[in-house]
Amino acid sequence: MRHSNPTPDEIRALIDAELHREGPLLPILHAIQHAYDHVPEMALPLIAEALNLTRAEVHGVMSFYHDFRKAPAGRHVVKICRAEACQSMGANALSQAVLDKLGLDWGGTTADGSVTVEPVYCLGLCACAPAAMVDGKLIGRADAARLAAELEGAA
Amino acid sequence: MKIWVPMDSAAKALGSDEVAEAIRIEAEKRGVEVELVRNGTRGMIWLEPLVEVETPEGRMAFGPMSPADVPALFEETHPKALGLTEELDWMKRQTRLTFARCGVTDPLSLAEYEANGGLAGLRRALDMSGEQIVDEVKLSGLRGRGGAGFPTGIKWDTVRMAHADRKYIVCNADEGDSGTFADRMIIEGDPFCLIEGMAIAGIGCGAVQGYVYLRSEYPDAIAVLTRAIEIAREVGVLGDSVLGSGKTFDMEVRTGAGAYVCGEETSLLNSLEGKRGVVRAKPPLPALEGAFGKPTVVNNVISLATVPVIFEKGAEHYAHFGLGRSKGTIPLQIAGNVRHGGLFETAFGMSLGQIVEDLGGGTASGRAVKAVQVGGPLGAYLSPDQFDTPFGYEEFDGQGALIGHAGLVVFDDTADMLGMARFAMEFCAVESCGKCTPCRIGAVRGVETLDRIAAGDAAAIPLLTDLCETMKDGSLCALGGFTPYPVMSALRLFPEEFGAVKEAAE
Ligand code: FES
Repeated sequence: MRHSNPTPDEIRALIDAELHREGPLLPILHAIQHAYDHVPEMALPLIAEALNLTRAEVHGVMSFYHDFRKAPAGRHVVKICRAEACQSMGANALSQAVLDKLGLDWGGTTADGSVTVEPVYCLGLCACAPAAMVDGKLIGRADAARLAAELEGAA
Repeated sequence: MKIWVPMDSAAKALGSDEVAEAIRIEAEKRGVEVELVRNGTRGMIWLEPLVEVETPEGRMAFGPMSPADVPALFEETHPKALGLTEELDWMKRQTRLTFARCGVTDPLSLAEYEANGGLAGLRRALDMSGEQIVDEVKLSGLRGRGGAGFPTGIKWDTVRMAHADRKYIVCNADEGDSGTFADRMIIEGDPFCLIEGMAIAGIGCGAVQGYVYLRSEYPDAIAVLTRAIEIAREVGVLGDSVLGSGKTFDMEVRTGAGAYVCGEETSLLNSLEGKRGVVRAKPPLPALEGAFGKPTVVNNVISLATVPVIFEKGAEHYAHFGLGRSKGTIPLQIAGNVRHGGLFETAFGMSLGQIVEDLGGGTASGRAVKAVQVGGPLGAYLSPDQFDTPFGYEEFDGQGALIGHAGLVVFDDTADMLGMARFAMEFCAVESCGKCTPCRIGAVRGVETLDRIAAGDAAAIPLLTDLCETMKDGSLCALGGFTPYPVMSALRLFPEEFGAVKEAAE
């Protein structure tokens, strides 16, 4: 498991690696989130300094996008598609069943930190709906039993 | 023995990796030498994982396969044998121009790409002037496949004629619309085709840098395209001297970050620049002041991936397909509650009913079709009464609908249309960039108003209609401006579900 408390130098190294790009802010945020599963608060002033932006501007960008997390997610992340094609194949009942079983709301993490459930709006699997993703593994024609089995396998 | 097992995301989501692994193990057990190719998908998603085996007659298809079906592949007969892939009804009836190689070749083999017509278009373009290149695109009649249907050649010409020290080709691969997966499928199945199309665009318009803004929800597509760009650079398809011509073009993948509104071209440009993905007012047109303030072509994946075949076969060849001003082919994406879901590339003009009933085979549940949403979350619902409508930009406009990115989502008669209307407003509220009030506030009010209607307050219906008018007329971009399409079409088609007395809604 990757550690989630980076040092300023570790963050600076990630920033520097993206600085050669045009419009490097999103690539920087992605790189940090990829490394630490979230974008820690302490990274914002470092990014601001490197890009000559205010901290508020960096925060404004980060908070605009659904992808970037302020805190790490659970050890496993389940994403369930909520969009129309998946709804036509019972996605609402599926997500309700999963959320109820884990006692969660969208975006919530179980008390033991093992599972986070997030909504996603289309994974491009609309012809084999409903679709879900468990820790990056795509699942078509998903049902609650299949998702539970995936989670068990991943545990 | 040569065997193909797709590595397309949809195939993987249905177990193609497990099938590939089972083939490896079984081959070893039997001591059979197998060349296993991971191809893209042929687009028959209901048959995935679709395995193909090379035979003297051609490629034989088997599907849908599971690991348990693998041993029989090495026997005389197989219960899931479908016949020759090319002879399958779904394949035979298509006109595959843009998707000609998708599912046929190894997506990352440049040699196979070239052997199947790849790079011929770019070579031809390199012998033409910028003006000739743009004229060829104009002549083809190609219109933006992202939804708006704007003529691609005219956009290119504006950028070509703009004076600037730097210009960009930006590919909009932020395919966020439910029911659409053509962009994902071609990027995963034939990435060089997009690269070639962008290179032709760059050389035609005098742009040396391209960006593909690809949504983060498509990690496989990101990985495949990133690798394909590296390969193209290694062999000089991209770089300082494209195919040795002395002309420069290079490109890079940029990952989106989960904001639907970034599919709107001006939000996308802001996002690419590292800003909040808010919509920009037009003018200035991105063609004149786009990425980083420079003239920029922003085109959809399918538009750009169609450019190589136009140059390979000639603009006239492309333009002779189609219907009226909707020229060429369109990749229909048939999705949702449908028996035969997948991608079907065909000339414009097929009727909606033919697509849903004949190609799609009706609903997956076996129940009656209630509605079809065409063009993503901002597209209208159509009912079986409108099944005669031919698939074309103008024809759909005439029905108060749009074809958008040509995704069709089928719903059976259990669909809750008031619930779907509410979802459209809710989605708009979640995804609104916040720049304009009709969208930002209107969508929230829309959810509240639909809740009142759901609670039995029919008097709120005129309010909803009014609100939709305001959003339509007053929003800066398609998110707020088109959300009324699904909402109002649901109300118009199914007034009883909104508690309206029939004549009141008519
Ligand atoms: S709508 Fe769920 S995958 Fe596209």
